Amino acid sequence: METCMSIVIGILFAIGTYLILSKTLLRIILGTSIIGHGVNLLLLTMGGLKKGGPPLLSLNTLTFTDPLPQALILTAIVINFATTALFLVLSYRAYKVLGTDDVEQLRGYNDE
Amino acid sequence: MSWFYLFIALPFLYAITVPFLYHKFNPRIHTGWFILIVPLVIFCGLSSYIPAISAGETFCLTFPWIPAYDINAVAYIDGLSLIFALIIAGMGFLVICYSIYYMSKFKEALHNFYIYLLLFMGSMLGLVFSDNIFVLYVFWEMTSISSFLLIAYWYEREKSRSGAQKSLLITVFGGLSMLAGFILLSMITDTYSIREMISKAAIIQSHSLFIPAMILVLLGAFTKSAQFPFSIWLPDAMEAPTPISAYLHSATMVKAGIYLVARCTTIFGGSAAWFWLVTGIGMVTLLYGSINAVRQTDLKALLAYSTIGQLGLIMSLLGLGSAALYSKVGNEGAVYAIAIFAAIFHMLNHSTFKGCLFMAVGIIDHEIGTRDIRKLGGLMHFMPISFLLVLIGSFAMAGLPPFNGFLSKELFFTSLLNAAEMSFFNMNIWGIILVIMAWVASVFTFIYCMIILIKTFLGEKKDYKLKQKEHQAFLSMLMPPLILAILVIVMFFYPNVLVQHLLQPAWVAILPTLAATVPLQIVISPWHGFNTALLLTIGVILAGTLLYKTHEKWRSPYRFYPQTFTINNMYDWVLEKIETCSRAVTNWYMTGFLRDYLVYILGFTILLVGGAAVLFEGLAFEFSRNAAVNMYELLLLSSMVISALTVLLAKSRLTSVIAVGTLGYMMVLFFVLLRAPDLALTQLVVETITTVLFLLCLYHLPKLKRENSPLRFKIVNGVVSVGIGVVMTMVAFSAYSNHSFAPISSFYLNADKLAGARNIVNAILVDFRGFDTMLEILVLTIAGLGVYILIKLQLARGKENEGTK
Repeated sequence: METCMSIVIGILFAIGTYLILSKTLLRIILGTSIIGHGVNLLLLTMGGLKKGGPPLLSLNTLTFTDPLPQALILTAIVINFATTALFLVLSYRAYKVLGTDDVEQLRGYNDE
Repeated sequence: MSWFYLFIALPFLYAITVPFLYHKFNPRIHTGWFILIVPLVIFCGLSSYIPAISAGETFCLTFPWIPAYDINAVAYIDGLSLIFALIIAGMGFLVICYSIYYMSKFKEALHNFYIYLLLFMGSMLGLVFSDNIFVLYVFWEMTSISSFLLIAYWYEREKSRSGAQKSLLITVFGGLSMLAGFILLSMITDTYSIREMISKAAIIQSHSLFIPAMILVLLGAFTKSAQFPFSIWLPDAMEAPTPISAYLHSATMVKAGIYLVARCTTIFGGSAAWFWLVTGIGMVTLLYGSINAVRQTDLKALLAYSTIGQLGLIMSLLGLGSAALYSKVGNEGAVYAIAIFAAIFHMLNHSTFKGCLFMAVGIIDHEIGTRDIRKLGGLMHFMPISFLLVLIGSFAMAGLPPFNGFLSKELFFTSLLNAAEMSFFNMNIWGIILVIMAWVASVFTFIYCMIILIKTFLGEKKDYKLKQKEHQAFLSMLMPPLILAILVIVMFFYPNVLVQHLLQPAWVAILPTLAATVPLQIVISPWHGFNTALLLTIGVILAGTLLYKTHEKWRSPYRFYPQTFTINNMYDWVLEKIETCSRAVTNWYMTGFLRDYLVYILGFTILLVGGAAVLFEGLAFEFSRNAAVNMYELLLLSSMVISALTVLLAKSRLTSVIAVGTLGYMMVLFFVLLRAPDLALTQLVVETITTVLFLLCLYHLPKLKRENSPLRFKIVNGVVSVGIGVVMTMVAFSAYSNHSFAPISSFYLNADKLAGARNIVNAILVDFRGFDTMLEILVLTIAGLGVYILIKLQLARGKENEGTK
């Protein structure tokens, strides 16, 4: 399971990176989103998968999966959402003001 | 902690009050009046050390600065440092006094001026008193910086800025070389103290790093003291206000190099390399400065070149004197050591007469409005006192009696003639050449001294248009140069008082090892009978007068000298080349495209992470502990890959957005499978909102264009992406397979007991790591505000924005 997962993580990262390197703002945002998923899976895989029941004490199982990565991922998901939202609105605004969503044309002033 | 430190600290501490004084009293009272007290206190305080120092005592005060690294601010007071410090404080007093009338309190930013001046004074005092090489280095660079600030004081002038830049580049280059030399010395001797290095001179001289260390230290001294070919910064430094030129660029800062060479004479002296480098460069500088000074038409530039020449003279004397330390010298050592004495004596004399000349030129500039020799003439009738000042100053510089310059010039010739009789260092060939060089330089010195005096003050009053009304300068502005002029004469008639109290201890301080074996004694008399030195002086006067009378006829070679081969031109060329090269290199990789920078960052990530993993054997592949995988999960994983690929390949925006959404929902399913119910819930909510947001924005954002970028671009992107993917897979494998430590999660399993919570993940978020969550909410709030403002801003200026494109 972990082996498959690691390969999928690599694929997600590769695709996300390729999208980030492209010129269109929308693709870049989508790329960060995909990389975000990759990171979450990576965190989960590091701790080992399916080691026991869900980390709920009321279930009365003997072993639990590692709760710490889950807490970290929960934070990551929320922060990822915040940045994605901000990034989206920013690109929307950049397009409205500058009239382009091509990163190469968003270079600012020549003498900068 | 001795109160002596107060003398070094006083200028720095006092500088803090200057802005307040300036704002409170300007323009009612000139700020300079308040500053005057600083050098006065220092001068009086240091004078109290004269009796003890002249009795042969030295003081060593230790103040721990960075004790962990054995760097202590050791103040070492001996004859050499004392004479320098007295010049710094004494000249400082006169220059500040002079500046009160020179610097207008209505027009100038006086607080800046005096803060820089105090900064300089404090660092220069620190420089001469510090025994620790690193402390000395820090003060050394501080003098460079304050000099830079003062040259650029009138920063609105282009020439001031370029002059300041040139001086900083050259002196800091030298300072860094000196630091490297110091580090070599400390490696050889295993100490940071100059005194201890002097006691280990024999070890240094036999070490293989002796020559490199010597050259590096000398680079520092030569750049600071404007020796050939580093002298080019000094004429450009004349853009500074005249009080500064008189103080920093003739009396004190440029003598820091002299100080360093004098200090290091015992460390390096006695070797042929030191003898020839110091003497040779000094002599070339003397000749270069004197010959170039004759060519100048600006009085201050002329004085700058003459300073270069005089500094070369002092430098060459220090070199000649180092022969006294030659191991096979025998009893003649004391004879050669006279050159060192002459160096200190001339340095002191130079401070007096050159200060006097600078101040007099400043008065001319201030009163007449020009300092161009071609426009001046016949000023004697209008400015009799200034005439007297220039007369005394220039005759002293030319080496005529009854002025102090005569005495040191005679000593210079005597030392040269003594050195010419040396039986070592190839002096039997070179000795006579050195004497001829010195004689020629002295003739030129005589000529430019006459030019200063005669062209400016004598002759017909020229028909020049004056902005300012010509009148005798204020008496108070004349006072400081007058005091110096009186000193010039007094020092001629009573030199031995000075010798006994100041020069003798300084001489001994430069040559402590020699003074221990041979008594260093000298008595100077204005009349020393007919000897070769006097004959040389008479020859200088005769030849100089003759050449001055005819100098209009032989000036033409100066004009024919091609501009391309001046050192200034080479400096400009090098500077320009460095600039264009670095710009080309920078432009080559700083393209301004975000994507390129990302490629660099990601490329280095691949190299660093991948390289480190391979190099330090961090890679680990452990398959035995793998959890089982079933068909359903495999299906889910492959559909995740497919949806990610869809995002990549989709031609329409909607498809890619939906594909990303799909990927998110797959994650939800995974979280369920992997026993993470909280994550699944959160992801579900977030993914829904994100997709909605994307779809909302789709309405406004343009259609996806085909990425019609060149193939190379795509290949690079592809390579980098695959690299990142591979590295991340490696990281994931290794992170899972390496278990160096037991997980800390078991602690959180007590959530029920510790936090009264049954859901461990929630307990971690809101209880164990409550602060993290709070800050996370803060981030969310900031992002929310950002989103709100970006939309709101658009609404407020919406029409205008829509209309622009």
